[in-house]
Amino acid sequence: MTVPVQLKQLRREFGSTVALDGLDLDIAPGEMVALLGPSGCGKTTALRIIAGFETADGGELLMDGQDVTSVPANRRDIGMVFQSYSLFPNMTAAENVAYGLRVRGKASAERKERAQELLDLVGLPGREGHYPHQLSGGQQQRVALARALAIRPKVLLLDEPLSALDAKVRLTLREEIRRIQLELGITTVFVTHDQEEALSMADRVAVMKDGRLEQCAAPSELYDRPATPFVAEFVGTMNRLPGTVRDGGVVELFGRRLPIHGETPATGSEVDVLLRPEGLAVGAADDKSGTAATVRVATFLGATTRLHLSTESGAVFKADLPSWEATGLAPGARCTVTPHDNPVLVAERS
Amino acid sequence: MARMKSSMKLTSRGIVLPLAALYFLVPIGASIWFSINEVDGVSFDAYTDGLGTEGLTTSLMLSVRLGLATIICGLLLMVPTLVAVALYLPKLRRVVEILCMMPLVVPPIALVAGVTTVLSWEQDLADTPLYMTFQALRDENFPLVLVLVYTVMSLPFLYRSLDAGLRAVDLRTLVEAARSLGASRLQTLWQVVVPNLRAAVMGGAVLSLAMVLGEYTVASVLSYRPFSVWMVEIKDSEAQLSVAAAMLSLLITWGLLLLLTTLAGGRSRKSSRRENGKKTVS
Repeated sequence: MTVPVQLKQLRREFGSTVALDGLDLDIAPGEMVALLGPSGCGKTTALRIIAGFETADGGELLMDGQDVTSVPANRRDIGMVFQSYSLFPNMTAAENVAYGLRVRGKASAERKERAQELLDLVGLPGREGHYPHQLSGGQQQRVALARALAIRPKVLLLDEPLSALDAKVRLTLREEIRRIQLELGITTVFVTHDQEEALSMADRVAVMKDGRLEQCAAPSELYDRPATPFVAEFVGTMNRLPGTVRDGGVVELFGRRLPIHGETPATGSEVDVLLRPEGLAVGAADDKSGTAATVRVATFLGATTRLHLSTESGAVFKADLPSWEATGLAPGARCTVTPHDNPVLVAERS
Repeated sequence: MARMKSSMKLTSRGIVLPLAALYFLVPIGASIWFSINEVDGVSFDAYTDGLGTEGLTTSLMLSVRLGLATIICGLLLMVPTLVAVALYLPKLRRVVEILCMMPLVVPPIALVAGVTTVLSWEQDLADTPLYMTFQALRDENFPLVLVLVYTVMSLPFLYRSLDAGLRAVDLRTLVEAARSLGASRLQTLWQVVVPNLRAAVMGGAVLSLAMVLGEYTVASVLSYRPFSVWMVEIKDSEAQLSVAAAMLSLLITWGLLLLLTTLAGGRSRKSSRRENGKKTVS
């Protein structure tokens, strides 16, 4: 089976800034991959190179096994949805959707039929004759999605398509996009800086940093088994707690020895143990097996409550526990904490 | 305090607006009065009989043709240039702006002095293919040399208008969207960019046309006889007709402005009417 999109050692520089530094990524047929990372990590540059709006300084871009590095944007058969709505203001919704077919010389009847079909698919029947300024932001992005899909592209590219929308519309539309992507089985690359969006929509999330791929994995794997400290801290909430590496690939934290996941530093090294708030058990103040801690802040989050805790040694961290267990743990309350025995990542002491 | 400010605003509006109106309307009114005022009363002869005066139609038609040709040349030059600068060479924007504004600071008499010098090379080029080009440029029926000079003189108007239009649209995204859908550069320019610059194109075109209809110095020095030159020529013998013709040219310019503005805004108004009240939120 051919791979729809393959990035091989892609490199792109803007003056002295390295936007992409040897990016490798394979995207499987029908898969939705989210490119996630902080501003300036190169995710948008990678997407624009796939689209043909930027040219790589080095490396290869393969689509269905063919090198398309030098193929112009209009010959790549790629559908793209932009952050700003990007509909053509001089055309109606139907004309926008049919534009790709128009430039391909398709007959008027075929264009109309396809535009209607796509507008129905994105939930906008009856809006064919509306101009962009007569549509809301969410509706405009639906039309933009329909327009990108109308040409039956090999790959669909989404460049932060939800970031200009308000929270409620964003939530609805992201479910819609995922539904349509699964329904059509179209290979999709999605750029976002919103990790919740990436984790909830994508089959795999590619976390980027400084133009390089840190980890590309399924959302659950990314969250539970981050490959690097950067991924661990970028995705979700992570505590940094002081620990000491001991013999046998373990690290000592709060008097307990936890197996180290990934690279193990030399025995005796003072390190930071990366532990998620739900990786700590909070017990009663008289629990002899735990480490004594004091509640600084308790934030009710609905099903869970997040406690901001500190120990006598000066460690400050967060722990999540079911809200019904957090009753009585008000600021100033004493308790104990115990890390779960799961493998943990360690990083250089910050 | 707020009431005092508001009343001052109203007072200043009440003074400034009538003054501005008088500034424009009094000369026009006086000109109209001059063109119809006869010893024995009011007469519209200058408008009715005057239209058949020798040279009026020919010179007016020449001016209109020169104007249209200038608009076409100017737009063909400026639209792709400004789009290319906005998309690919934004650092050159200031340079292009300065170049386009140059005709405002170079007096037409200086411009035409240069043109005259270049045209005088014709005799030296008698044995070369360029000779025919010079002949074509000087063709009395349709002097292309005027179109070229007027195109240069219209650059400031076209630049200002198109630049404002380009800033009002998200050009890069529109172009990239069209390209990703398979459009060639020409298709993108013609089907996506130009329609969205319609108002700016129309504005620049009207200003250029008005400039050409009123331009006198270059045409006169080069010995051509468009409308403006004709009006000056007849003013001593037919003073009323000359003023009536000036009013006519004003009306033509206004009429064209109205027509182009209607055309530019027609589609959006039509769609707004059709869909009025249908905008939904989701």
